[in-house]
Amino acid sequence: MNKRLILTVLATAFVAAGCGPKRATLPEYEDTSTEVPGSDNDSSSGSGVADSSIRSRGFEDDSVATDTADALIIYFEYDRAEVRPEYADLLAAHARRLSGNSGLRLRLEGHADERGSREYNIGLGERRAQAVRRLLLIQGASAGQISTVSYGEERPVAFGSTESDYEKNRRVELSYR
Amino acid sequence: MLSVAFWRQWLVFAGVFLALAAPVRAELVIEITRGAVKPIPIAIVPFGWSGTGNAPGDAASVIRSDLYGSGRFDPLDNDVMLERPVRGVDIDFDNWRFVAVDYVLVGRLEEVGDELALTYQLFDVYGARQVVADSLVLEPRDLRLASHRVADAVFEAITGVKGVFSTRVAYISVSGRPPERTYRLIVADADGNNEFVLLESAQPIMSPAWSPDGRQLAYVSFESGRAAVYVQTLRTGSRRAVSDRPGVNNAPAWSPDGRQLALTLSDAEGNLDVHVLTLLGNRLVRLTERRSIDTEPTWSADGRHVYFTSDRGGAPQVYRIAANGSEDAPERVTFEGNYNARPRVSPDGRYLAVVHDDRGRFRVAVQDLETGALQVLSDGSLDESPAFAPNSAQLIYATRREGRGVLETVSTDGLISGRVKSVGNDVREPVWSPYAR
Repeated sequence: MNKRLILTVLATAFVAAGCGPKRATLPEYEDTSTEVPGSDNDSSSGSGVADSSIRSRGFEDDSVATDTADALIIYFEYDRAEVRPEYADLLAAHARRLSGNSGLRLRLEGHADERGSREYNIGLGERRAQAVRRLLLIQGASAGQISTVSYGEERPVAFGSTESDYEKNRRVELSYR
Repeated sequence: MLSVAFWRQWLVFAGVFLALAAPVRAELVIEITRGAVKPIPIAIVPFGWSGTGNAPGDAASVIRSDLYGSGRFDPLDNDVMLERPVRGVDIDFDNWRFVAVDYVLVGRLEEVGDELALTYQLFDVYGARQVVADSLVLEPRDLRLASHRVADAVFEAITGVKGVFSTRVAYISVSGRPPERTYRLIVADADGNNEFVLLESAQPIMSPAWSPDGRQLAYVSFESGRAAVYVQTLRTGSRRAVSDRPGVNNAPAWSPDGRQLALTLSDAEGNLDVHVLTLLGNRLVRLTERRSIDTEPTWSADGRHVYFTSDRGGAPQVYRIAANGSEDAPERVTFEGNYNARPRVSPDGRYLAVVHDDRGRFRVAVQDLETGALQVLSDGSLDESPAFAPNSAQLIYATRREGRGVLETVSTDGLISGRVKSVGNDVREPVWSPYAR
């Protein structure tokens, strides 16, 4: 059984079904307890050296969740595009998830708050998305897995004009495909 | 009347080819928030009508509303007029000196077969002399546009500045909240009437830009899930993607001759640079080359330079570079304050409009390109996207009032300001059309 294949098939099924969840939660490790090799059938074959039961199921680090809503947004300071140190572990986990599954695709959407001109903010959103992309590439994700788009200030999630609204809008959203 | 025919055809074809396009009933008007200290007193006498049935429209009231909305005129109330002549020969100037108006406009509308004739005469009351007069022939459906033309002629005859009442404004309107947001690209008359939807999308639309002949709009649409620059012909509704490269495709600006678009593209590292795209032949020249955000290009009036915003010095400022790519280093243009962005050059080449950080508030400012003096014109805190009227005497810009995007106007000298009253939606990114040709 190839878990990677199962994941790919499942992910494809999500897309094909048209349910199009932006944050499709990938299944947990496949439960293999019902078909562990080396049980009665194998030993009764009695044909010399048995095949090793050791196989790889692929490494996936689950010490940092990468598919919760919180794990899919990186926030930024005003007019800055540097990723804050607090996101280092989270982005490392995303990078591992990508490098451990070459079929996985990630779209990075850069956003800005409403201050400053709209087209400059497209630049700022792009710069933020690229900052996240670079950190993922350095840690093993491959360039072909990651696409970026900047929406500038055109798609806010908070609609007021307070600092707390602005904080929510200065962000990069990670969207697995 | 080529332009009238153009207008009519535009409506017909746009309706046929863009099924989603639909006129919006809004009846928007410009409300003057600060007028001239001494507006010019004028009488616009109700126009005469000769034809079957009722008059197809009230030209005088459109003209009155235009002139009043400019902030420079003080039209006389109809009910204090001592006479209501429709021909110059019938005017008794003493009746108008008595009510202290400087000018009197008379006119009449006549049915001529399937068409209308709109005749007007403007008189200087104290000199008892005709200032300007004309007779326009039009299809009945164009009466409102023809009335704006009369207002343009009156405005120019009295102030010496070309009127812009018959021009149009394009802008972006947004309604709804995620995930049900609708973005619309709208074209309306300069007074906000006759809103017409050119494009509707669930994904952002931004950066509309008129071609110099007023026949096309370039804009950015995210309809494919990423940004691309489109050019749409108003008359036919047909459009094409002129820049759909990986990454950022943004901020299109037409060269004065209409052959090129300056625009912003990103490279593989996400670095934004200003480019010039020659539309015929699709030739691309990169103007800037820096690890800074270089964007928001706009052309000098003579087409030889491109002004743009760059944060290469740390904070956004406006720079200028040769449009043909012959210069390596741009020249910095703005120096006052730590934030000047989104430049636009006035059609007469004298002024540069920018968004200026005025002690923490984003405001529209105008810099005199000869003296370098910068004057803040608006008084909001999130004012943006200034665009010059084709007569260079006025700007329209977007701001937020009570949590909603609205459009405001201000004269280039800062003395007269107004608000385009709109209903409901958030509106933004206004761009004033050139004069119809």
